[in-house]
Amino acid sequence: MRPVSASVVEHTDRGPLGRDEMARVLAGDIPRGAYVNLGIGQPTTVADHLPPDAGVILHTENGMLGMGPAATGDAIDPDLINAGKSPVTELPGASYFHHADSFAMMRGGHLDLCVLGAYQVSASGDLANWHTGEPGAIPAVGGAMDLAVGAKRVFVLMSLFTRAGEPKIVRECTYPLTALRCVDRIYTDVATFEITGDDRVVVRETWGISFAELRSRLDVRLERDVH
Amino acid sequence: MTLLCASADEAVSGIADGSTVLVGGFGTAGMPFELIDALIRQGARNLTVVSNNAGNADTGLAALLAAGQVRKIVCSFPRQTDSWVFDELYRSGKIELEVAPQGTLAERMRAAGAGIGGFYTRTGVGTLLAEGKETREIEGRTYVLELPIAADVALISAHTADTLGNLVYRKTARNFAPVMATAATTTVVQVRHVVEPGELDPEAVVTPGIYVDRIVRVPS
Repeated sequence: MRPVSASVVEHTDRGPLGRDEMARVLAGDIPRGAYVNLGIGQPTTVADHLPPDAGVILHTENGMLGMGPAATGDAIDPDLINAGKSPVTELPGASYFHHADSFAMMRGGHLDLCVLGAYQVSASGDLANWHTGEPGAIPAVGGAMDLAVGAKRVFVLMSLFTRAGEPKIVRECTYPLTALRCVDRIYTDVATFEITGDDRVVVRETWGISFAELRSRLDVRLERDVH
Repeated sequence: MTLLCASADEAVSGIADGSTVLVGGFGTAGMPFELIDALIRQGARNLTVVSNNAGNADTGLAALLAAGQVRKIVCSFPRQTDSWVFDELYRSGKIELEVAPQGTLAERMRAAGAGIGGFYTRTGVGTLLAEGKETREIEGRTYVLELPIAADVALISAHTADTLGNLVYRKTARNFAPVMATAATTTVVQVRHVVEPGELDPEAVVTPGIYVDRIVRVPS
């Protein structure tokens, strides 16, 4: 049992996080030496905030462990790309493997953590991040479903509200699902959340928003983190 | 027995209309461009293509789609910023699409190559991609049954082959190629270098020559 205190880590005196700051906050919670897959898009930028001595080993699903930073200039090699198909570099100790092995690493529970974007996350940890379901939209799943069920822990990195102001943490997802009950934590521009697995969503920290306002805008069972 | 072909055209000869063709590559890394160009010249039609993506820009797999030779594509990630050839065909109803999770796509080919009749995976459970598929509880968790993808032909690229068909790859250009090599009746490989038996370190061979039917050096 953790000790109970009266205060929540609630900060209304500071503004919402920018995209870079969101990635930095998440990077700070990645354990030393973890094997990590960073999804396409904003999750990829988490790598820029990992300290060099963190010993985190990055996996890219197109067949590599020990992925290094983006390649530039003469270091660009068309045979060496990441899952977003951008040129990258290899670090000492890197390894290459084929796709069936790469996904065996995921499904087999060997990856410590993956970071994914999302359209919606439900209070029970269901994830929707691959398809808007709109008529005419071309469905493209890539490795999202495999990552979501396979990694030991799943962190989501996203803004908390859509441009129209709709919350993305919801009671039940209305977008097509990627995987059921898979999300452990959500890192947003205004707060970080822990999904407990029993339909409670715990607020860990806030930026520029009060717990009361979060509670009024999210239609889920929110609790304050007590520590 | 592996045949060393003099040209990409010779390497793709005999591919029949209606064939299922595995095409290696992840984006353009490992894409067998010269074999695809030869298949366009060869002209086989009504093909089912299995590949991770549905073509990039106007070359490689995109050019094969544009030539109207593909009836159906099975892939994990068709929609990309430069997939305009596929997007147009799909939106005008000229190509059938089957989307599979990337790891399931790879494992379905691995199963075919390994003589496995299917496998249960947690990937996709509770999603649109598992609709209509058999599910089963195993030790308290739900799994979905996925079936093998066997093909008539695999078109892949590798870095170096010896004349017995043993292959080594380079960096992330490896991707699906070793799996696809096992899953096709005829595996055709384009390589940058061809060496004599004994010149590849046997410990470093990734695809043993038993899986390889035809090799061609490009440029030839």
